[in-house]
Amino acid sequence: MFTSVDDVAARLAETGYLASPAVATTVFLAGRLGKPLLVEGPAGVGKTELAKAVAQVAGARLVRLQCYEGVDESRALYEWNHAKQLLRISAGRDESWDETRTDIFSEEFLLPRPLLTAIRGDEPTVLLIDETDKADVEMEGLLLEVLSDFQITVPELGTVTATRRPFVVLTSNAGRELSEALRRRCLFLHIGFPEEELERRIVRLKVPGLGAALAESVVRVVGALRAMDLRKAPSVAETVDWARTLLALGAGTLDETVVRDTLGVILKHQDDIQKAAAKLDLDAL
Amino acid sequence: MTELAERITGLVGALRAHGVPIGTGETVDAARAVEALGLADRERLREGLAATLLHGPGQRAVFDPVFDLYFPRGVGGPDGGPGDREELRDRLARALAADDRALMARLAVEAVDGFGGYGSSPGSDGFSAYQTLERLRPQTLLARVRADVRGGRGSGAGFADRLLDDEIRRRIEEFRRLVGAEARRRVAERRGREEIARRGVLPTADRVDFLYANRTQLAELRRTVQPLARKLATRLAARRRRAARGTVDLRRTLRSSLSTGGVPMRPVLRRRRPVRPELVLLCDVSGSVSGFSDFTMLLVQALHDQFSKIRVFAFVNRLDEVTALLGHGRADPEGLGARIHAEATLTGWHGSSDYGMALGEFAERYGEAVGPRTTVFVLGDARTNMSDPNLAAVREIAGRARRVYWLNPEPRAQWGTGDSAAPAYAGLVEMHECRTARQLGALVARLLPV
Repeated sequence: MFTSVDDVAARLAETGYLASPAVATTVFLAGRLGKPLLVEGPAGVGKTELAKAVAQVAGARLVRLQCYEGVDESRALYEWNHAKQLLRISAGRDESWDETRTDIFSEEFLLPRPLLTAIRGDEPTVLLIDETDKADVEMEGLLLEVLSDFQITVPELGTVTATRRPFVVLTSNAGRELSEALRRRCLFLHIGFPEEELERRIVRLKVPGLGAALAESVVRVVGALRAMDLRKAPSVAETVDWARTLLALGAGTLDETVVRDTLGVILKHQDDIQKAAAKLDLDAL
Repeated sequence: MTELAERITGLVGALRAHGVPIGTGETVDAARAVEALGLADRERLREGLAATLLHGPGQRAVFDPVFDLYFPRGVGGPDGGPGDREELRDRLARALAADDRALMARLAVEAVDGFGGYGSSPGSDGFSAYQTLERLRPQTLLARVRADVRGGRGSGAGFADRLLDDEIRRRIEEFRRLVGAEARRRVAERRGREEIARRGVLPTADRVDFLYANRTQLAELRRTVQPLARKLATRLAARRRRAARGTVDLRRTLRSSLSTGGVPMRPVLRRRRPVRPELVLLCDVSGSVSGFSDFTMLLVQALHDQFSKIRVFAFVNRLDEVTALLGHGRADPEGLGARIHAEATLTGWHGSSDYGMALGEFAERYGEAVGPRTTVFVLGDARTNMSDPNLAAVREIAGRARRVYWLNPEPRAQWGTGDSAAPAYAGLVEMHECRTARQLGALVARLLPV
């Protein structure tokens, strides 16, 4: 899939995803070792984006399983198309039950869901299992078979094994502790807040109109906010939002007024805003 | 076994010794990763090994220093003799001003080599990060670096410049970390890396002994409160769900079977009234065990929606209710201990803890807080300072509560030594050793009522 770590970084950059060395190395290894990649980190640092970018550079189709509380086998793996099965039964009245039975549990009546879709295909596939921590524990058990052997057992049909292993990315906000068994099957990547230099490049890339000096100030202020121990530290997505806001406002440089008026773009809690304003010596809000 | 394979297994062994669970499969993966990445780029190697060996972000704090020992940046000291102190400080100031990480790392190597060495005979000599930093005093460079940066930028000092001091402080902190890593590496060259990896690397926050944690470790521990609470909450919720399934109600099953001629087609399950348990916490907050109490209080507060009612009492030798101070949304972990001491009456005419007095006061004044649905946790080392342990009060509380558990941050071997009344109390209520956050998490998950 990729020839080297540099290759990963360069090709991801072409799609507009600037990868830190840790990200590039781990993505390369996931491809090389053929293991699923578990990506953890705060919201808005580009976990889902990573999967999309990998799919794009690899020319692979992206199959996405969005997890939520209560997502189950029939949403994740496959379902029988009951309506169609009923039709089939009522259509063929003169055949024996045995014939009908073997027929209605065949490929034709199977509705593949993301996991089965990703495993069955022959073309290169990136399987994104998004927000794994939102799913129930039972769901993890289901994922274990898929992730270790890349196969799914349908009782009526037998075991479906992947002919071509998909590149699997699982994301998690660590809202719930994932099981040790699941973690063991994956390479682990923690995407934190980027280094200052990388974040500057991201901002320049996403908001081209922003001046270099202003971009630098933006990143520095965000860095200072992150060091403040707030309830919700601003992530890269918020940095970019803020840069866009400043551009839209036509602000040439950062000063007290601009920062005070736009602090709500980067901070999402009132007490965070107050704390930050106090620490940054802004006048009372 | 090749040298490289030996190194990887050594690294894995050292990580395991620090409580990072690593299976053979991961070790093999790590070796494959090294093969795929090559040895040319050290930072890539670090990330690759971390990705294959670790399972969570908390383990990174142990991994990085251990990695530095097993895959050191270089061998021996820098070329050339020891430089001049002032000259090194000059170069450091420039590196800090430019935020040049690579140069800072090189300077750390030179600094440890030049100023960190002590002793002269083999066996007693070594390198000390403390001594290096004492002689170099990087923190005093702040004003100079600030002037340098400002000068380089010209006059147009913008808004972001007011952040400069903090940024420079963070860079200096980074340099101190580099010096620490370098000193460990040099010592490891002399003494063997296994030993340094075992002793010189701090354990992960959840394995730090409450009683011996320093300030930074306690701060780190407080930051683990939220994740730990989340983990416990999911576990409790799952247990509650399972418990709610209930058993068959025979009488109602038979009643409803009348319509099917006495054949019980549909079993009726006994309905459970979901009762959230009540919790009472009695915390010794005297100096010796305050870290433990603080952490536990924060944890319980973070779990507050798992209980219908939580009441927290703090004591040294007088006892007072502090539930209000822990109220939801007032989570200021830093100041909690100080606030409790400032706003509650905890001490009488002396400052050392007195369990007998405090427990008696609780039974007397707040007896109504404990009922048949209440689980009581007592937190403390049970060191009575030679006063009467007042077992009658404990017996009374235990008689009224659903369960009483005593969590003791002292190692079990020390119970009963000196003025510890632990064995006497343990005879009346269940007492558990609880020295680290990890142990506490396991205990809370096990002991909390469904």
